[in-house]
Amino acid sequence: MNKQKDATIPTIPFNALVSRWFGRNLIRIYAVLGFTYLFIPVLYTFAFSFNDSGKSNLVWKGFTLDNWRNPCGAPEVCTALGNSIKIGLLATIFSTILGTMIAFAIGRYAFKGRSSSNLLIFLPMATPEIVLGASLLSLFLVFHINPGFWPTVIAHVMFCISFVVVTVKARIASLDPRLEQAAMDLYANEFATFRRVTLPLVAPGIAGAALLAFSLSFDDFIITNFNSGTLKTFPEFVYTSAARGIPAQANVIGSAMFILALFIVIAGQFVGRRVKVSK
Amino acid sequence: MADVSSATHGDLRLTRITKSYGDFTAVNDLSLTIPEGSFFALLGPSGCGKTTTLRMIAGLEEPTVGSIHLGTTDITTKRPYQRPINTVFQNYALFPHLTIFENIAFGLRRRGLKDVTADVNKVLELVELPHLAQRKPTQLSGGQQQRIALARAIVNRPALLLLDEPLGALDLKLRRQMQIELKWIQREVGLTFVHVTHDQEEAMTMADTIAVMNEGEIEQMGSPADLYDNPGTAFVANFLGQSNLIKGRIEGTDGDNLVVDLFGQKISMPKNRSHAVDSSIYAGIRPEKFRISLLGTPTRGNVLTGGRIEDVSYIGVSTQYQVTMPWGQEVMVFEQNDDGVPPFDKGDEVVISWEPIFTFALRGDDDVEAGLEVNPEDPDEE
Repeated sequence: MNKQKDATIPTIPFNALVSRWFGRNLIRIYAVLGFTYLFIPVLYTFAFSFNDSGKSNLVWKGFTLDNWRNPCGAPEVCTALGNSIKIGLLATIFSTILGTMIAFAIGRYAFKGRSSSNLLIFLPMATPEIVLGASLLSLFLVFHINPGFWPTVIAHVMFCISFVVVTVKARIASLDPRLEQAAMDLYANEFATFRRVTLPLVAPGIAGAALLAFSLSFDDFIITNFNSGTLKTFPEFVYTSAARGIPAQANVIGSAMFILALFIVIAGQFVGRRVKVSK
Repeated sequence: MADVSSATHGDLRLTRITKSYGDFTAVNDLSLTIPEGSFFALLGPSGCGKTTTLRMIAGLEEPTVGSIHLGTTDITTKRPYQRPINTVFQNYALFPHLTIFENIAFGLRRRGLKDVTADVNKVLELVELPHLAQRKPTQLSGGQQQRIALARAIVNRPALLLLDEPLGALDLKLRRQMQIELKWIQREVGLTFVHVTHDQEEAMTMADTIAVMNEGEIEQMGSPADLYDNPGTAFVANFLGQSNLIKGRIEGTDGDNLVVDLFGQKISMPKNRSHAVDSSIYAGIRPEKFRISLLGTPTRGNVLTGGRIEDVSYIGVSTQYQVTMPWGQEVMVFEQNDDGVPPFDKGDEVVISWEPIFTFALRGDDDVEAGLEVNPEDPDEE
């Protein structure tokens, strides 16, 4: 091989270097701007959870850990949080079980009215919450059920089911039917096939649906406000206290929820990566 | 769990099986006996009904009419898990959430066996992958997954092992290697293998008996050599290798031979190689059975004169000639490159000859195009 070096290496003009730099980094700049936009409110909430606020948490008055040391310090905040968690867990359990069963029915079996069921499932997602909330309230009143804890749970189960069905159905659709056939071929009867093959493979979808249901329920204000009566959930607490100044404890709980959610997502990613690596 | 272990065994008998989906008949009045211990292939193009047949044997489909017996037991309507039959699925269908060990142990555990370790390890040794026991299926290469799928089925020692295009996803070299290995494993474990494929070479390499299927029916059944040397229909003649089919007429008999007229030239062929029903026939000769020589040189056996070389392709082991006959038909001739004679040239006037015993005769009303139009490389079936 004969390699001849040129006497001079041609240089690239400055303009071209600049545009090359932009070409390579534009997406990063865009990403940084996008995330900044998304996270400034979160950071604000987080920062003000450390505010030595007193009555109103609108102006920065100095750093303190007191709010974090005593998150239940403000009146009613932990009662409201407890209500939200109880309602959220119950709504999650019921909507996940019912929604998963509906998803299997629609995703796996041909029956009369399947496509209309499929359509009807989407309806609560598309209906404005304010309408749902008001209608549910009048429905409960017609049946002489007073607003309160259980009507709220029932309302939450109702709107969470749609999201569970959609999430689980997507997972079922991606399931290779041959895996179940292979299980049956290997002496697993219908129940064993479901328990050993179908359920484990659909489980990530169900878990995702449950998380989604919980966060939807925990977060809900409009429908809850119509149906909870004198019971106060965390979003309702934050809303009503906004008038006289939200206590910093609300920021603490909000930040804690955010960190918890972040932790769950990262853990999910980690588990997902381990499964991916084994791919 | 139902006890399905070794109670039932014996020959598999399909009796007058038909499977229809609405107006479409996938399998039409099919009867078949697969002897215990044999390596049996169902060969045919996409949509010929071979996979449907396999799925009915596995219990994943139920025949519209007809019955399936294993030995003396009627298994027609038994659920898949009630049959001592296991399947190696196309694309393997390994359980992605289980380790290789648990994949293989799956069938044993479902049958209630407690100690599965020894059996699983033994079959992992057999497929030469004992080091992969704790991996997940997606960490394995295609060839390794194929072997695990096989191991997962044979560890149960089924009375019948079904293979649905098991090598379709592998590349050519690996496929050749696995063909030989599968054959070896079948002899080693002594199970009955029923193998579904569209690849005639694969079927011929592995199977003791091949049933060639076309449009839901069995065209012909026999050993690979029988089918190749003496095909009964144009479909079989064309689907298994290449054939020259020349229109002719039986003129008479001469002892054990028939005298046949092919466009004015007389040839002879053994009586027992004729599948014709009357005097109108197609005479069939495989391209490699033809010899080619220049006009005027001595010849033996059957001779057809007046050929002219249209095209020459040098393949290495052989040279392939396209020869135009006086009646306008083009015939293929494969000559081994083993005699030191330089190849003929395009335009040479030649004589083709062959030994009479290599001739076969098909019905004169057969469709000479049958089996040519199908695309045997298409692995998606039904």
